[in-house]
Amino acid sequence: MNFGVVVFPGSNCDQDCLYVIKDILNQPVEYIWHRDMKLESFDCIVLPGGFSYGDYLRTGAIARFSPIIKEIPEFIRQGKAVIGICNGFQILLEAGLLPGAMLRNRNIHFICRYVYIRVENSETPFTNLCRNGQILRMPIAHNEGNYNIDDKGLQELNENRQVVFRYCNSEGEITDESNPNGTLDNIAGIMNKEGNLLGIMPHPERSSESLLGSEDGLFIFKSIVKWLEKR
Amino acid sequence: MVKPEIYRSLGLTDNEYQRILDILNRDPTATELAMFSVEWSEHCGYPRSRNWLKLLPRTGKYETFLGEDAGGIIVDNLAIVFKIESHNHPSQVEPKQGAGTGVGGIIRDIFTTGARPIALLDSLRFGPLKKSFNRYIARGVVDGIQFYGNCVGVPTVGGEAYFDECYSGNCLVNVMCIGIANKEELLGARFSGVGSSIIYVGARTGRDGIGGCSVLASQELGEDEEKRPNVQIGDPFTEKCLIEATLEAAATRNMAGIKDMGAAGLTCATSEMASAGGSGAEIELRLVPRREAGMEPWEVMMSESQERMLLCVREGKEEEIERIFKKWDLGAQAIGKVTGDGIVRIRDNGKIVAEIEAQALTKAPVYDMHHKKPEYLEKVNKLDIKKLPEPKDYNRVLLRLLASPSISSKKTIYEQYDHMVQTNTITLPGSDSAVLRIKGTSIAIAATTDCNSRYCYLNPYRGAQIAVAEAARNLVCSGAEPVALTDCLNLGNPEKPDRFFQFKSCVEGIADACKFLNLAVISGNVSFYNESPRGAIYPTPVIGMVGIIDDFKKVCTQYFKGEGHTVILLGLCKEELGGSEYLKEIHRIVGGNSPEMHLQLEQGVQLTALEVIRKGLAYSAHDCSEGGLAVALAECCISDRENMLGANIDKLNSGIRPDALLFGESQSRIILSCKEDSVTEIRNIARKNNAPFQVVGHTGGKRLRIWAGEKELINLPLGKQFERWANSLESLISN
Repeated sequence: MNFGVVVFPGSNCDQDCLYVIKDILNQPVEYIWHRDMKLESFDCIVLPGGFSYGDYLRTGAIARFSPIIKEIPEFIRQGKAVIGICNGFQILLEAGLLPGAMLRNRNIHFICRYVYIRVENSETPFTNLCRNGQILRMPIAHNEGNYNIDDKGLQELNENRQVVFRYCNSEGEITDESNPNGTLDNIAGIMNKEGNLLGIMPHPERSSESLLGSEDGLFIFKSIVKWLEKR
Repeated sequence: MVKPEIYRSLGLTDNEYQRILDILNRDPTATELAMFSVEWSEHCGYPRSRNWLKLLPRTGKYETFLGEDAGGIIVDNLAIVFKIESHNHPSQVEPKQGAGTGVGGIIRDIFTTGARPIALLDSLRFGPLKKSFNRYIARGVVDGIQFYGNCVGVPTVGGEAYFDECYSGNCLVNVMCIGIANKEELLGARFSGVGSSIIYVGARTGRDGIGGCSVLASQELGEDEEKRPNVQIGDPFTEKCLIEATLEAAATRNMAGIKDMGAAGLTCATSEMASAGGSGAEIELRLVPRREAGMEPWEVMMSESQERMLLCVREGKEEEIERIFKKWDLGAQAIGKVTGDGIVRIRDNGKIVAEIEAQALTKAPVYDMHHKKPEYLEKVNKLDIKKLPEPKDYNRVLLRLLASPSISSKKTIYEQYDHMVQTNTITLPGSDSAVLRIKGTSIAIAATTDCNSRYCYLNPYRGAQIAVAEAARNLVCSGAEPVALTDCLNLGNPEKPDRFFQFKSCVEGIADACKFLNLAVISGNVSFYNESPRGAIYPTPVIGMVGIIDDFKKVCTQYFKGEGHTVILLGLCKEELGGSEYLKEIHRIVGGNSPEMHLQLEQGVQLTALEVIRKGLAYSAHDCSEGGLAVALAECCISDRENMLGANIDKLNSGIRPDALLFGESQSRIILSCKEDSVTEIRNIARKNNAPFQVVGHTGGKRLRIWAGEKELINLPLGKQFERWANSLESLISN
């Protein structure tokens, strides 16, 4: 049961993800350089946050051409898990592995602060330790987290229960005020139809120690561990 | 013979030119003249300040080390490296790129010591935001910091922002970076080992930034001058790759030295590395990677293109090091060799274009500058507070002060910065200082920047002492023992004797405060010529200080934590209003003398608070600063938005004017909160340290009430205070 944390040039949450998996959860984990294409030994791949290639063009638009991205469809087909956090989510969108696209935050500024998200689907590899409707407190840190998709795409996401997290207030209500960046339907995280590839904007790896202000991110990492154990 | 117009246009004086002739025994080449002009500029060579900087103590409570580009302290096996640097003129000329490259430059100074950068702090000063140009500058600077800092993956965890008329026309952007390394892995900025290779890595060289350090940083800013071409352009993505590649290369132990090509670019890197290593160097300019064709040799030597570094690699290990940089898609090109003759020899296609003794080039002349007490001092220091009317409505005064841009919440700025990446930030922005745990140890470090420049304007010596004392107090309030600092001395034109008096007095103030409080000055930066046609800025000696918390579980924050806790004030409330925000905002007066500073009292208060926090007796601790006691109490109540908590302060010793009691800025005061049972023990600790102690009230409710004797002066709901304090800056800056 091996975790792999992908390192793109410009990734900057790779070390934080590795720290949580290795030092907090005591799970085997390695870095995977973005040019590596051998993924057989891994069971879960983390695409971390950061600014791959500086995000100078469009977030994730260059990283999606990295050799490792070509290997992800086969990895998913084998029923293994992939989680893209922040820039990782943006790369998955650019690669077409998740539907939709990111726009700039509606206030056109980078936003770094704690938010609340509500678990919309607890029957996933990433949320099996949560209840439906559970509220998690996690930080966001991004310029482009304003998720968008056409009506038909949104309908499909909802029908297939692919929306895993929505921004909410501390009471769990989905309101416009609790939507930090203008994202459609308060969407904070979605998964593929098969349910083994997640993209999430908030940072679970920044909220996995009480010392840092929240341990709610552990729900996600521990859910993955539990799911992998059972697999 | 070089014409005077030419060397003068490069910023060299007649005497300096004569000295160059003496060193070389011949006329300088164009390249040599350019090299001398940048190396001897104030920015690189410190000819006007060096004599005075010797006053600063370099040792303190912990072992220190003073590197070429940054310094630090050693705690067990850990080196904590830090430095602050200014990027004022570039930011005034082109705010986004100026500030962004300021961030990039200081980060390079840290990781070239072999340390991983773990935190940034920004000390910013702008003109009043009611002027649209100042808003443009402020917004651009914040944008530049977020653009660069967020991408490069170093959290921006703290800093300060002040607004004053004196910064209209000359903003200040001072950036501090902190890094950590294993002490055995520290690298120097030196050439050593004859035959070692000199390898150029990073971005290519262009014409950007030529003369940045000499023409832009070492002269006053003119009214309508077009200096934008002197500002560099930042590329944080390349910088991020450089950090990773450099640290990977450093781990091989095959690099003998490394230096950023920042101010004065290749000239500075070659000559200073040769000089520091007691070596010489021979370089072929044809090999320098270019992004522009047809550059003259002197342009290549002067360019300040960003994200470039020079390595000294042991013979035979070149390929190993080059492979690491190439993995990160970074260019690595050997451009020369270390020699043993002490000469920096620059060739262009084989032809020698410069040949100068490294020591002579890096030893800038030292000037004994004239100084004279400024005439304004006597006039502004005169203030008879008896003639000031007392406010009728204290609630209104408090609300106005909470909305003053210098006091109000800086959330609209710091939420644009990633302050959590690297997952070390225990105390997020908004408390007295930022706190970062060090992974793999039980310790944390606290960091802050501080300077009230109005105090320095009214009394340069005392103002600088206060900057040191208050920075230390901020750290103490987090539970940290202050240990060392870096200073960024922002002043006017040193050639004017009254300005130089301010500089000299500030240095003396810092030196004396540091000696008394046993703090080491481990690095620093001098930024002169902060003048526009509107005049000079207030002297602004920014102090960036680091403290150690032995056990990261014992961190304290400024917010009240629960109902019914006892509120304690350490220190004395004196009848002094000079230099206060109250005097400026309410009475429109910048005058009087700055608050008194008794280092003995300061130390007693700090030792008390530190012991109380370390023993786990305090729930909160907050320094009293701008806006005085009333503002500090309000901040204890409202600055943790989700857990606001009121207080009834009904036991204050009065006996002085109520406005001085509430809004005076007497130094050496800390507000603590604790449970009832701890009061006696805290009183005893205060007595032992000779720190004045009083219980002033209790927490609870949804209002802040403050009494002077029988008279209730403040009675305000928390929501109203929060609304003024939290939203004022955002609405002003985004207008």
